[in-house]
Amino acid sequence: MTGAPFWSWEWVGRNLDLILDQTLQHLWLTFLAVGIGLLISFPLSVVAYRRRALYPPIAWVTGTLYTIPSLALFAFLMPFTGLSTLTAEIGLVSYTLLILIRNIVTGLRGVPPEVREAARGMGYTDPQLLWRIELPLALPAIVAGVRIATVTTIGLVTVTALIGQGGLGALMLGGFRGLYPDLAIVIGVVLSVALAVAADLLLFAGQRWVTPWSRQAGARMVAT
Amino acid sequence: MTEPGFFGQVLEWFTDPANWTGDFGIPNRLLEHVVMSAVSVGIAVVVALPLAMYIGHRRRLERLVVSVANVGRAIPSFGLLFLFVLWLGVGLSSPPALRPAIILALVLLAIPPILTNAYVGIQGVEDDTLEAARGMGMSEWAILFRLEIPLGMPLIVAGLRTAAVQVVATATLGAVVAGGGLGRYIIDGFAVRDLPQIFAGAVLVALLAILVDLMIGGAGRVFSPRTATRRSREPERGIELGAT
Repeated sequence: MTGAPFWSWEWVGRNLDLILDQTLQHLWLTFLAVGIGLLISFPLSVVAYRRRALYPPIAWVTGTLYTIPSLALFAFLMPFTGLSTLTAEIGLVSYTLLILIRNIVTGLRGVPPEVREAARGMGYTDPQLLWRIELPLALPAIVAGVRIATVTTIGLVTVTALIGQGGLGALMLGGFRGLYPDLAIVIGVVLSVALAVAADLLLFAGQRWVTPWSRQAGARMVAT
Repeated sequence: MTEPGFFGQVLEWFTDPANWTGDFGIPNRLLEHVVMSAVSVGIAVVVALPLAMYIGHRRRLERLVVSVANVGRAIPSFGLLFLFVLWLGVGLSSPPALRPAIILALVLLAIPPILTNAYVGIQGVEDDTLEAARGMGMSEWAILFRLEIPLGMPLIVAGLRTAAVQVVATATLGAVVAGGGLGRYIIDGFAVRDLPQIFAGAVLVALLAILVDLMIGGAGRVFSPRTATRRSREPERGIELGAT
């Protein structure tokens, strides 16, 4: 921590670029993690939904990954992938899997059997059933998972500053180490919370917009 | 003799007697980590459980629980550590396991999962059951302690489990702000690029987190009432508030 006055707005004024860059970097790391997390989770969830016996092992592996503290997970990867974005993303993606898979599977399982039967009766094939019936109906639960995963990831990205990945954690770490004034810590935390809240609200609004039929049911599911 | 491979070096680190003795040894670092985590979770339980019992039994202030859960999820635990260090300083005069700023951050992190899960568990008792109990003349205290708490036990333990795992994880980050515990191996390893030590530290931290998770999950099954449904006797994960 430097001897500079706490509310050194002058520093903020001179470093708006730095603050903006780290915010954008924070968002980019989050977007990558949740995006890749979804790409991995979706097929795994569909498989676990179709073959129930596969769900427990998938849940066990992702649950164990989720239990490992982030700093330890990054440290495990360090000797192999170094201080890189790859190290950060492998860790961040790992944490999204449990949340996303659980929500996608719960959403798919929540589709009423009558609906499925009716679609089959109308001659829907398995892929048609998935994309046109099951997926849209599961969307509120899936978005609820994406929201939790996004908010969690925004918090975790702060830790990646320790492996040189920038983001808002770099402002906090710089403030602590005296590279920036103390105010940088507060700015980092406040912006991180603001990003989490904004992302959560945006995703919620997006979900209500694409699934207008779920406006009552969706809101309730989201609370847990 | 050829230079040992990376995992050979990690093994060497673990078998080096110097890493098993003194303040920097594994037993002391492990003790620091466990004490730091246990004290924090303990304080959080004392704060959150009575609050959850009141809100869950009286069904009042329920919005508070939702707010605490949401805020708890949005605040980065890493940032919380720095904020409290900014306020209280790193506190080098207190023992490495009990730096006030770190303990305070850990307590605040542990409260939301304990509060929300215990609340959901306690208020989840069905109205018919409660009416029957009141009809039989049970006092409100008896209803709370003999009905709501035992029936809510799986979720109460689940909250404790989530909190404990998060606290163990964040206690690791405490090493960044001069805390003790197993995180020291990773952070000190970063400083001097000692990859085997970083990896060894990660092994120790991960094992501790998984062990805490399994132990509390096991305890949850033992203490759950027999009347609970089979599903709720499974180790509950409860309401997640995010990885750390």
